[in-house]
Amino acid sequence: MAVKTYLQAISDGLRSEMQRDKRVFIIGEDVGVYGGAFKVTQGFQEEFGPWRVIDAPLSETAIVGGCTGAAIMGMRPVAEMQFADFISCAWDHLVTVAAKQRYRAGTPVPITVRLPSGGGFSGGPFHSQNPESSFAHIPGLKVVCPATPADAKGLLIEAIQDPNPVLYFEHKHLYRRIKDEVPEERYTVPFGEARLHREGDDISLITWGAMVYTASEAAQKLEEEGLSVEILDLRTLAPWDKGAVLRSVEKTSKALILHEDTHTGGFGAEIAATISEDAFENLDAPVRRIAAPDTPVPFSPPLEKAFIPQVEDVVAGLKELAEY
Amino acid sequence: MATGTAVDVVMPQMGVSVSEGTITKWLKSEGEAIAADESLLEISTDKVDTEVPSPATGVLQQILAQEGETVAVGTKIAVIAPEGAPVERQEAPEPPTAEAAAEAEAASGAEGEAPTQQKAEEAQAPAPEPVPAPEPAPAPPAQAEEGNGRREAKFVSPVVARIAAEHNIDVSSIEGTGRGGRVTKKDILAYVEHGQAAAPAAPAEAPAPAAPEAPKAAAPAQPQEPQAGETVEPMSAMRKGIAEHMRRSLDTSAHVTSSIEIDMTRIAALRQRLKKEWAGSYGVNPTYLAFVARAVVDTLKDYPWINGEIRGDSIVTRNFVNLGFAVELADGKGLIVPVVKNAETLNLLGMAKAITDIAQRARDKQLLPDDVQGGTFTITNPGGYGTFHGTPVISQPQAAILGTYAVVKRPWVVEDEDGQDAIAIRSMMNVTLTYDHRLVDGALAGRFLRDLRERLQSWDESTE
Repeated sequence: MAVKTYLQAISDGLRSEMQRDKRVFIIGEDVGVYGGAFKVTQGFQEEFGPWRVIDAPLSETAIVGGCTGAAIMGMRPVAEMQFADFISCAWDHLVTVAAKQRYRAGTPVPITVRLPSGGGFSGGPFHSQNPESSFAHIPGLKVVCPATPADAKGLLIEAIQDPNPVLYFEHKHLYRRIKDEVPEERYTVPFGEARLHREGDDISLITWGAMVYTASEAAQKLEEEGLSVEILDLRTLAPWDKGAVLRSVEKTSKALILHEDTHTGGFGAEIAATISEDAFENLDAPVRRIAAPDTPVPFSPPLEKAFIPQVEDVVAGLKELAEY
Repeated sequence: MATGTAVDVVMPQMGVSVSEGTITKWLKSEGEAIAADESLLEISTDKVDTEVPSPATGVLQQILAQEGETVAVGTKIAVIAPEGAPVERQEAPEPPTAEAAAEAEAASGAEGEAPTQQKAEEAQAPAPEPVPAPEPAPAPPAQAEEGNGRREAKFVSPVVARIAAEHNIDVSSIEGTGRGGRVTKKDILAYVEHGQAAAPAAPAEAPAPAAPEAPKAAAPAQPQEPQAGETVEPMSAMRKGIAEHMRRSLDTSAHVTSSIEIDMTRIAALRQRLKKEWAGSYGVNPTYLAFVARAVVDTLKDYPWINGEIRGDSIVTRNFVNLGFAVELADGKGLIVPVVKNAETLNLLGMAKAITDIAQRARDKQLLPDDVQGGTFTITNPGGYGTFHGTPVISQPQAAILGTYAVVKRPWVVEDEDGQDAIAIRSMMNVTLTYDHRLVDGALAGRFLRDLRERLQSWDESTE
């Protein structure tokens, strides 16, 4: 099996659906001639032509609004927000129109919105956010946050063929840093199924996206001290795999939720609440959350490092839970 | 703040690692009126001795733990009743509850309704069928302390409560390994496995806990009865802490002591001048110790290992100096090592002020737990009594301790202006550095002492 970067896997998944299904088209800022700000769609316009790889004006409202109309007319648009942060401009079309159309009029709205998200490279407050919890809160939207190259490809194909609007959060810090084996053939990864990233007995660590790797490093360090940490990569937040989380907590009786999004109202709160509702009698310690503090993402590298949960923060949180 | 209901006084948490405290003195007797925040009693822990303020205004209705008793943090030790309330008496100290412990940590002036026993039990046993707890036998005060060791009502987590209910286990009979002795899921699962295998037919006899009570009197036999002429007194918590620490330090570090003689004549003259100036302006005395401390901090910058620590297989060095000072307590029954944090930021005046402040607070029992933690290097100054040499014990996990001894006038060979040897009367002080030879070698210690001497002998006032 070929080893691919996370970015290449996204590109492969996209190309596979473009080749397979004539209804699929790409629209976004600089996705065509320039090949995308991160080069995910490099060469796409040459291969598929300017009518299927459309350079849109600088208007997220127009991009998502156009996608919604095209989807209602039977197309399968894949929109790229240059940065996930800019999706706020398209909030109304996504939340008020796309998310509700199926319930209101029975029309499916099969849009995929690709959202380069996350920090770790001094992108500052407008280019580093992880706004997944805002959209996971909206009924009618699906939210996907792949961590591995194989999941990035499989989940993107699943998103494109899903009949609902899907927000596909691709973490920028993983683009070229993470490489792994990716099957050549077309395959899908179903929504709502967590991936057991690491098996363990003492503490359940629930996370997604780039934090999977932070969690992994922390768990590795603590393994040397005899602590066995189980890591669940949720992969998708709407829907999310409650069963896998509850089963893991039933085994370990201790849970730590880790996310790069800010603390208050982050998706970790939903998971923590579910554990306390459905697994209360299995708990041997308070459910803990590690998240970014409730501030915008700082620009300064040392401040950003202090903002984004680091391996040592996770090690400390896990140790505290272990000692409880 | 006048209270409407009776308020419990509990043994406060005097530091993260402190789990118990000894009542050294009740400052009020039963029936006496007391105002909120007025000192109620003195306690002694292995970290600090301190006064405990009253949490409420009212009348000290009842003292539940007597002077000399050692009780766990959170244990109820007295009741303050609102003035004029009917007097109710309780039998013995109640074991601490999670709520009570939390209250103890909160601001001491907090007015809070005392958690009733029922409430506490509800909070701890959410399982549908609570485990039948043993009847809390009204233990006479003499036995209460012994009972507290095992019978403390520790927090029971939901999963432990459920397993206990399923197996009909009394959680309090299990040795906990969690924080504060809490029984963890692993503890109770081990107990279930072990207990059922070991003693299925004998429920009367408690299944052996994980660590059976080892016969403690392995080395020395029974404590001996006092002989004629001997008196016996219990060790204070502080004495026990000192005893344990001194023994552990000698078992840990390879102690070696080097000494040096320092000519303090220049400093003695400077002190005389500064004394008047400072007394008028700042009310602080420029002690020899302040000079030495300042010079030590500067010298430590060049010798990071002496300000360092062995941590596992690593050597830890710092860009700061937290300077500890051994202070004898007023009653002569102990010593404490308060720490001047970030001593490298202080000039001579700042150092003198800081030393005066911590020494005073140590003697007045006003130190906070933070004041005695985090030291990186220590100075002990037994010279006030005229001693000229000593080999102090290192305060763990530091790497060295400096001893300063009496400044005395001695005939000393000096060089006169013509380069000829002459005998002069000089104010001399011996200084020792006791260091951990695991980390610090003799040559390094020697160079440190040489540089320290040089700094003191050629004290540069202009840099202060």
